Amino acid sequence: MGATITAAQPRQRPGLLRRMRRYPLPALGALMLIALVATALAAPWITAHDPFEMNVVDRLQPPNEEYWFGTDAYGRDLFSRTLHGGRVSLAIGIAVAVASTLIGLLIGVVAGYFRLADAILMRVMDGLMAIPGILLAIALMSLTRASIGVVIVAITIPEIPRVVRLVRAVVLTVREQVYIEAATAIGTRFPRLMLKHILPNTLAPLTVQATYIAASAVLVESYLSFLGVGTPPEVPSWGNIIAEGRLYVQIAFWNILFPSVFLALMVLSINILGDGLRDMLDPRLARRL
Amino acid sequence: MWSYVTRRILATIPVLGVVAIVVFLLLRLSPGDPAAIIAGDNASLEDIAMIRQQLGLDRPLLQQFILWAMQLLGGDLGNSIYLSRPVLGLIVERVEPTVALALTTMVFAMLLAIPMGVLAAWRAGSWVDQSIMALSVLAFSVPVFLIGYGLVIGLSLELEWLPVQGFVSFAEDPMRFASHLVLPTVTLGLVYMALLARITRATMLETLNEDFIRTARAKGLAEPRVLLLHALKSAAVPIVTTIGTGLALLIGGVVVTESVFAIPGIGRLTIEAVLQRDYPIIQGVILVIATVYVLVNLAIDLAYPLLDPRIRF
Repeated sequence: MGATITAAQPRQRPGLLRRMRRYPLPALGALMLIALVATALAAPWITAHDPFEMNVVDRLQPPNEEYWFGTDAYGRDLFSRTLHGGRVSLAIGIAVAVASTLIGLLIGVVAGYFRLADAILMRVMDGLMAIPGILLAIALMSLTRASIGVVIVAITIPEIPRVVRLVRAVVLTVREQVYIEAATAIGTRFPRLMLKHILPNTLAPLTVQATYIAASAVLVESYLSFLGVGTPPEVPSWGNIIAEGRLYVQIAFWNILFPSVFLALMVLSINILGDGLRDMLDPRLARRL
Repeated sequence: MWSYVTRRILATIPVLGVVAIVVFLLLRLSPGDPAAIIAGDNASLEDIAMIRQQLGLDRPLLQQFILWAMQLLGGDLGNSIYLSRPVLGLIVERVEPTVALALTTMVFAMLLAIPMGVLAAWRAGSWVDQSIMALSVLAFSVPVFLIGYGLVIGLSLELEWLPVQGFVSFAEDPMRFASHLVLPTVTLGLVYMALLARITRATMLETLNEDFIRTARAKGLAEPRVLLLHALKSAAVPIVTTIGTGLALLIGGVVVTESVFAIPGIGRLTIEAVLQRDYPIIQGVILVIATVYVLVNLAIDLAYPLLDPRIRF
């Protein structure tokens, strides 16, 4: 008797702290990411040197009290450059995640709902997926003048097909559900049906996917810049700092160490966060992967 | 069965067709004048006009595409602008290091990842599982250059155990060929390993819950036999599928790894081509690699019945 009463009561929402204790790893990822974002945003105010300021007398200094991460071949402060590099990566990660999710969502909905469009769109997506993302991005970059905007487009395009597939799969499953039939039967129009009944189902998997895309975009940006086909070389992005530092690997390894470690930490924290979101939002999928 | 095989083979045609159209349109629809960009900042108007003509950019779009597609079907990938040599030949010259690196990486990654995934699924939730999964998230997130340069500084520069960079052809000296491939393989293999370990664990987790596994255990089979012969065998299809689709990720990594270790493979060829604005090479590389990718995945699809007799076409 008592048990029935407790069961009927609304379940208490677990507090943030309790959630963090249940999912310690995602919480750690989130904290790490917040710290990285904070240092990136605060970069101009917490660094003693301008990222472009050259002190040729102080070139290739190892980390010391004045230059916490040492200096590069032009005597520029690597602490300042590394923190400023975080801003570039962050901007590109967010922009790519948002752009590819929105475009993928749109194409996925169309493919999931209109059979003719589906056949054509999915062949195009299959074709795009057959080209390794970095190669496609390299090809795009080789045909335009480098700018951060072009880098965002070049990384976004290869990410779109996976979003399309995900959205399409959800739409295809959901549209057969009885409640959609019911909604159609009472005269719900298409836009409302889409927005109110179908799209909410894509929210959880898309959030997870967007997180992974952000992580991958940060990594790919650094790869493109490292290869010399990414962010314009004068912008202190992590890939650019590493590309310049590689010439001095033997005598000044800190040139590549600090930006690489920051890059790894950012990608790692976003991935951990993504895994955590997946476990929390979609327990069925969590068991599978 | 044959109708499935034929359909599956025919299905690769539209995919490759789309790849060709994408590559074709990239050059034609990119903002600005690609001929001017390819010609470089110091080019004269005549240079630009010549490149435009060489790439066929002065003709109507449809005519350009038909001409270009006919050439492609005849196996002609066009000529390099900078080197004035057939692109196909340039790619073939650079194929050995890339194929060698890709193969050693796949073997290395599989040898580590499959036992890792099986072990993690077998002891799901334990500290073994958690550390294997933590390791794979880490391996998936660490950029190639951190591992690459870390290994170079530690093992090559400090301990002098392995060569710093470069490549030696197998025909020239098999031992030096092998020693030059160790570090790039480890560097590139970790990401691929992480991907495969995750999928192996996930599929094994599902399989281990099935009735036939309980039956196998109930009739007293030894645990290794249950895990490897019953569970892993039945989990083979998704794992092998991921090995195929993961190739795209692997090839992306190859480009960066070749650059870190100064390996003169297809990745380096592509980057050199970008720096010289030699678009025909870039488009040739994309076409060749996409074709290989599609064919490998086709072969994997067609091999399903060998891996799992329950699958019939």
